[in-house]
Amino acid sequence: MITLNINKKNYNVDVDPETPLLWVLRDVINLVGTKYGCGVAQCGACVVHLNGEAVRSCVTKVSRAVGQKVVTIEGLSEKNDHPLQKAWIELDVPQCGYCQSGQIMSAAALLRENKNPTEKDIDAAMAGNICRCGTYLRIRKAIQLAAEMQRKGIKIP
Amino acid sequence: MENAKTNYSRRSFLKSSALVGGGLMISFSSLAKLGLDDKVSGVDLPDQWYELTGYIKITPDNLIKILNPNPEFGQNVMTSLPMIVAEELEADWKNVVVEMGPHDNVKFGPQFTGGSNSVRMYWKLLREAGSAARHMLLEAAAQTWSVPVEELTTKAGMIYHEKSGKSGTYGSFASKASTIPIPKGPKLKDVKDFKVVRSSQKNVEGLKIVSGQPLFGLDYKHEGMLIAMIHHPPAFGMKLKSFDAAQTLKMPGIIDVFSQKLYEEGFELGGFDTRTFNDLLVVVGKTTWEVINARKKLVVEWEPAGDIKETVAGRDGKREVVVPGELENTSTQLAKMKEHANKPAQQLRKDGDPETAFKNAAQIIERTYTAPFLAHNCMEPMNFFAHVTDEKALLVGPLQAPGWTKPTLSKLLKLPADKIEIQMTRMGGGFGLRAYGHYLSEAALISKKIKAPVKLVYTREDDMTYGIYRPMYTATYRAALDANKNLIAFHVKGGGIPEHPIHANRFPAGAVDNYLAEGWQIPSNITIGAFRAPRSNFNAAAEQSFLDEIAEAMGKDPIDFRLELLKRAKENPVGENNDYNADRYAGVLKLVKEKSGWNKPENKKYSRGVASYFCHNSYAAHVVDMIKRDGQPYVERVFSAIDCGIVVNPDAATNMVEGAVVDGIGNALYGGLTHKDGAAVQNNFNRYRMIRFHEAPKKIDVHFVQNDLDPTGLGEPPFPPVFGAVANALYKNTGERFYEQPYNLQLNKTSRA
Ligand code: FES
Ligand code: FES
Repeated sequence: MITLNINKKNYNVDVDPETPLLWVLRDVINLVGTKYGCGVAQCGACVVHLNGEAVRSCVTKVSRAVGQKVVTIEGLSEKNDHPLQKAWIELDVPQCGYCQSGQIMSAAALLRENKNPTEKDIDAAMAGNICRCGTYLRIRKAIQLAAEMQRKGIKIP
Repeated sequence: MENAKTNYSRRSFLKSSALVGGGLMISFSSLAKLGLDDKVSGVDLPDQWYELTGYIKITPDNLIKILNPNPEFGQNVMTSLPMIVAEELEADWKNVVVEMGPHDNVKFGPQFTGGSNSVRMYWKLLREAGSAARHMLLEAAAQTWSVPVEELTTKAGMIYHEKSGKSGTYGSFASKASTIPIPKGPKLKDVKDFKVVRSSQKNVEGLKIVSGQPLFGLDYKHEGMLIAMIHHPPAFGMKLKSFDAAQTLKMPGIIDVFSQKLYEEGFELGGFDTRTFNDLLVVVGKTTWEVINARKKLVVEWEPAGDIKETVAGRDGKREVVVPGELENTSTQLAKMKEHANKPAQQLRKDGDPETAFKNAAQIIERTYTAPFLAHNCMEPMNFFAHVTDEKALLVGPLQAPGWTKPTLSKLLKLPADKIEIQMTRMGGGFGLRAYGHYLSEAALISKKIKAPVKLVYTREDDMTYGIYRPMYTATYRAALDANKNLIAFHVKGGGIPEHPIHANRFPAGAVDNYLAEGWQIPSNITIGAFRAPRSNFNAAAEQSFLDEIAEAMGKDPIDFRLELLKRAKENPVGENNDYNADRYAGVLKLVKEKSGWNKPENKKYSRGVASYFCHNSYAAHVVDMIKRDGQPYVERVFSAIDCGIVVNPDAATNMVEGAVVDGIGNALYGGLTHKDGAAVQNNFNRYRMIRFHEAPKKIDVHFVQNDLDPTGLGEPPFPPVFGAVANALYKNTGERFYEQPYNLQLNKTSRA
């Protein structure tokens, strides 16, 4: 048995400790917001936070998450009101939507560290997330909007 | 203004009924006959009538539910189709709930997302349904209040009688409205009075997407569901010889390993039954990771499949096809294309006397363009859930065209169509690939065999190496100029593996006196399929680069040159079947010229490339502005002009154009799938380069031509001309012309040299 703390809740799971966190989340714990896109740390669809850091859960063994705080898209905010989620909706970012939870989790790790990211900071933080639908421009704008909301305490209703 | 060309006909039916517990339901259905202007790559579309269906429900508590009838893969139909209903209904968009129905295809129409057709097919039907519901509600209110119906007005889901000061919600009249006869030929609103349509409405699933709700096929769960994967041959042209699963079966969570044929010998393949590998080596287990792991322990022997005979039943009847067994290499594919390009080809269109014109030309410009296979790389890999029993089948997952898949399933499972239910989930991308139902057939057969509910999952590697790619293409263009540098003849000869890309009646056909279009193809075992704007996505690269080069040779501005040709095509068209409207084509070029400040000195610092194209009934033109960043060409900004008639949801439409531009730049610069001894060389994103965040332009300025024409497609049309505009900008940036895709290959060569 492995005990995991995910989105502030404890889960006991009976899995091989080598199993990637991604598949434990999706298949065992039934949190499917974290996506599978490549399985080889190339696309970012599977990004979750491990103690606040963005990690690719497809190549993160579940054993590494033991005793750590895991946050997935489902637990990013209590009421789906993280500034990024608000900004994403405000700017209607998604197209097919499949890559977006990974995009938001990568962006959230950036904003946690860096309240006022430059274009270059955003480029660097988002380079690992692929979007075949090509929503990159809106993602950039949404990150900038969320950063501004955070800094100025502005809320979008 | 002339009407948009509508090449489908239809008869529509509305039906009303009372809802259990009160309220009104209008169901609508219409028979539509598609005449898709773009034959989907490699297949014949079934030539039959389709039933388009959906419903509007109005409950006494004033909730309005609209069924979105068509699959959603990011083109936002789930928002835009209901908007059309809400417009005619005069509903308050805030109170509208969009449902993604039970999606049983027998009841809900062809449900085809592809060919940029969703809005175009449903436009009139949805308007009529909304309008009928509104008139019935008005009639119900008039009877209740005993006032003439003409004195009533509606606004945002309310009915008003000004004289008496009475008002009521739609919901309060819904039950009574269900007893009112459906009006014949309900009057539609004047386009000028639109309030919901043409104003931006947010994606109805936005919140679910950003909070990670289960929406996609891969997210679907079912009681007792197992996971299956197919271990397919490592190369096109190979098949299963034998396997030893002893080690695999010992792995934790593994339930079964078996092999099975997808289609029995002589099975008549429908147009979308493209199958790449017929022997399925299946591993079934409890969880995804366990199956991924256990697969690695399989000991498999593969062998050459040799030539394979197939029976394909398309629109033109049955055909026997021989799929060659060769294990192909990219270098030999290129060599074969080169050789084929010099052989006689099928004539597709001829105007005037091109042979003589070329003989008498003062100058001939000849250029050859090539492009590789492309993988769709939808971010959600192929997957489907199936639960098949002796009596019935339930299938759930992401699919573009359930209506075309069901007949195959029925034959395959030996179940009548009404015992097969296909439910659709949101799709993590489609781009044409999910019109092909092989993975659904596979899932169904696996479930039938193991007698359990199962989800078939393709890993990224499975997905990328399975085939159904954009074909490999080439085309040689020739232009003849006279001594005064007038364009007197134009010749295109295009080919591909395994199909050619030529649209013979497209621009510049109709604008040149002497014109010849020819096509040839080389059969292959590498399967192909529709890929965002099939064929156009190559033509717009090659032809638009070529036009740029002719303009330069003539000493003309590239936009002015195109406009001159279009003027000719309008005033004095050559030939009969020119399938574009020269005015609308010129319209997007003029708009992009204006919006991009084409001749403004302050824009001289950019390497600017322009291209335009017409496909799927819509027109698009782009100006790509390139700079050098860290010594490499980089597209910093793009101006786009689009004519797709009425734009239903402007911000969502803009998003789609932005996406098409980014996708186009990415595929033009980096996209490509090559083969070595039959195997796909690129099998994941570490080898297949996709455009990334920092490589996308900082700004895409999208403009729509304002007109009141019925809406036409938007998912595909903006995509093709991006390729040409990128090539033309690269020329300005580097001084070199780019003839081979992906363009990055040449850039790498240049920077190494
Ligand atoms: S699935 Fe983990 S990076 Fe792609
Ligand atoms: S929105 Fe479709 S992949 Fe990003």
